[in-house]
Amino acid sequence: MSTEILMPALSPTMTEGNLSKWLIKKGDTVKAGDLIAEIETDKATMEVEAVDEGVVLDLLFKEGEANIPVNKAIAIIGDPNEKVEVKKEAPIEKVIEEKKIEKNIETKIDNKKANIIDTPSPKIEEDKNLSSEEITMRQALRDTMAEEMRKDNKVFILGEEVAEYQGAYKVTQGLLQEFGKERVLDTPISEHGFTGLAVGAAFKGLRPILEFMTFNFSMQAIDQIINSAAKTLYMSGGQINCPIVFRGPNGAAAQVAAQHSQDFSSWYSQVPGLKVIAPSTPYNAKGLLRSAISDPNPVIFLENEILYGLKGPVNNDINFSIPIGKANIEKEGKDLTIVTYSIMLQKSKEAALRLKEEYNLDTEIIDLQTLRPLDTETILNSVKKTNRLITVEESWPFGSVGSEIANIVQRDAFDYLDSPVIKVNSADVPMPYALSLEKLYLPQIDDIINAAKKVSYIK
Amino acid sequence: MKKLQKADYIKMYSFMLKIRRFEERAAQLYGMGKIGGFCHLYIGQEAVVVGILMTIDKNDSVVTTYRDHGHMIARGLDPKRIMAELTGREDGYSAGKGGSMHMFSKENNFYGGHGIVGAQVPIGTGIAFTHKYNGEKNICRTYIGDGAMNNGQVFEAFNLAALWKLPVLYIIENNKYGMGTSVDRAAAGLDLYKRGEAFGIPGEKVDGMNVFSVIEAADKAGKYVREGNGPYIIEVQTYRYRGHSMSDPAKYRTKEELDNYKQTDPIEIVKAEILKKKIATNDEIEKINKDTLEEIKNAAEFATNSPFPKDSELYTDVYL
Repeated sequence: MSTEILMPALSPTMTEGNLSKWLIKKGDTVKAGDLIAEIETDKATMEVEAVDEGVVLDLLFKEGEANIPVNKAIAIIGDPNEKVEVKKEAPIEKVIEEKKIEKNIETKIDNKKANIIDTPSPKIEEDKNLSSEEITMRQALRDTMAEEMRKDNKVFILGEEVAEYQGAYKVTQGLLQEFGKERVLDTPISEHGFTGLAVGAAFKGLRPILEFMTFNFSMQAIDQIINSAAKTLYMSGGQINCPIVFRGPNGAAAQVAAQHSQDFSSWYSQVPGLKVIAPSTPYNAKGLLRSAISDPNPVIFLENEILYGLKGPVNNDINFSIPIGKANIEKEGKDLTIVTYSIMLQKSKEAALRLKEEYNLDTEIIDLQTLRPLDTETILNSVKKTNRLITVEESWPFGSVGSEIANIVQRDAFDYLDSPVIKVNSADVPMPYALSLEKLYLPQIDDIINAAKKVSYIK
Repeated sequence: MKKLQKADYIKMYSFMLKIRRFEERAAQLYGMGKIGGFCHLYIGQEAVVVGILMTIDKNDSVVTTYRDHGHMIARGLDPKRIMAELTGREDGYSAGKGGSMHMFSKENNFYGGHGIVGAQVPIGTGIAFTHKYNGEKNICRTYIGDGAMNNGQVFEAFNLAALWKLPVLYIIENNKYGMGTSVDRAAAGLDLYKRGEAFGIPGEKVDGMNVFSVIEAADKAGKYVREGNGPYIIEVQTYRYRGHSMSDPAKYRTKEELDNYKQTDPIEIVKAEILKKKIATNDEIEKINKDTLEEIKNAAEFATNSPFPKDSELYTDVYL
């Protein structure tokens, strides 16, 4: 049997090459691994090795011949006793037909594939198991972690100051005492390292809860979050999942200035493979954190430092959860819709009270709870009812969660809109330190009221 | 040191040869446009992974860099499916969605194949953490290229591994060049194995062209790690015959340097030992050569005939 040696493509961009030198001659016996020729590519001259064995029956080009197309036969090797027919044209690589795939260019996640439970978000006002006692968000988060750690010893927590110090914001208070240092681990200030370590542990079957002292420090580790945690299930063809929760305070605290006050909600929401959650009350913090810990995928759980002290009733059932991917209609209304999440829910609620009082506007408020996958259905249904939409969030304006919502609404509910969508965001600058400027930077109730007036054409 | 049986010599020779033939075939398929993107070959470095292979337990874990084809073969994975991943077909280990640099086999405790330089080091440390957390006696072998030894997260991982006494064996494959930059132009201090010293991690330098030296060092280091003493670093001095990736003509080094290393070809060393010890005859070796060539040829055939992934696969495996 004879084999053709083809002009190889020695770089992704090479289409033809020059045969600078033959290292074999007719009649030579070549073995796999022997050098056979030097080829000049668009980048350099490279040596080519034989991969098949046999006697060189023919060299089809002379040394120095130029512009030989890739995949054209340049030599024939084989059994000298066999008759050889040289094909005139080398086989041409079949180009993959460009099929018309209906590409899902919008962010749409198949609920079944994303392990999303298709039930609506429970409503606090209808919850029969509501505690009579009000607890803080901090305690709600702590209790949920403890409950899940009791259920499953594969759940453990690591981060800076989570153990002996009891948590930089006291969210992990008492966990070390209950679960011991094997399951509550203080890490060095080494985000890149311990995030990668936690991702590896999740690949191997543990269920880490990783606390970032604040999400600002997750920037040190973002490569491991995106390139390792979010992508490995896909890159492994579905073999290796990463059940991990990255949690901690996100967004502005109080006068801690530019490097410690940043909202990363849209950064992480952009990434396929991640789920992103932003709770706003002790009630939903509990239900959502339970879902996050139970989820087989990496979850970004964006808390808010200012909200840690917020008190409210909770559902203390150790199996109570709020499905990921479901928004909550915090308040029904008919005149306009506010879509918001995290700390801006409180400001939106206050703004709604004033809008009713001062302008007789009946506002519907949607608390997203989950940012990715986004509950577009609830948003669209609301817009179809109220015909006006503003989004309120703490992040910078460029490419924010609100930007994506505005896009979806103009595409899918264009005819229902009575005015353009208006986004309320933080100022497009780094966070200043001065108290007066910090206030200017953050969205305020007046900003929400002004946006509501604008979409309602009230001067 | 581990006492090598006759079968071990044949196993080493066969695995090293299989890797060599696989990589040559991959280069050919790349040249034909059947393999795309980046493709980093392991030719010349075979003694490293095969030497380590001789000392491991099946339930140990492994994680490596993007130069991973040889590592998968040494792990006993099917060359057909490895090659099918290189050609981006549905029978590949990652169903055609990972490619040369991102291949995994969870059932064989092979955790990749990582495309980001250094990222596999904390990940391997985390896998070792899991072995310890679960009370298992296994270790995680974490391979590191010389290029990654100047990457911050590697030292963060060393610190954590030593701090928590994790069962991780770090194997630095020092092939002298991080892409086109030689180690002496990238690293201040050429003894990479000493870079764990500040953390109290013992290290050792080994001749990586000689599989017997690798086995000896890996055996000793593996025992140390398995006994719960914490991490250990082996720096294996090796050499890649080919460029960094398929499109690299390797102009940054001399032909003499390459030829010099070829004089100590790792496969030839094992072959000479087999003949010297009369473990196999020349004819028997020829048979292995032929069978290997055939096996890899079949792998290439399989990989070029396996179907492309279905269009619907675009949207699967994003979430579990």
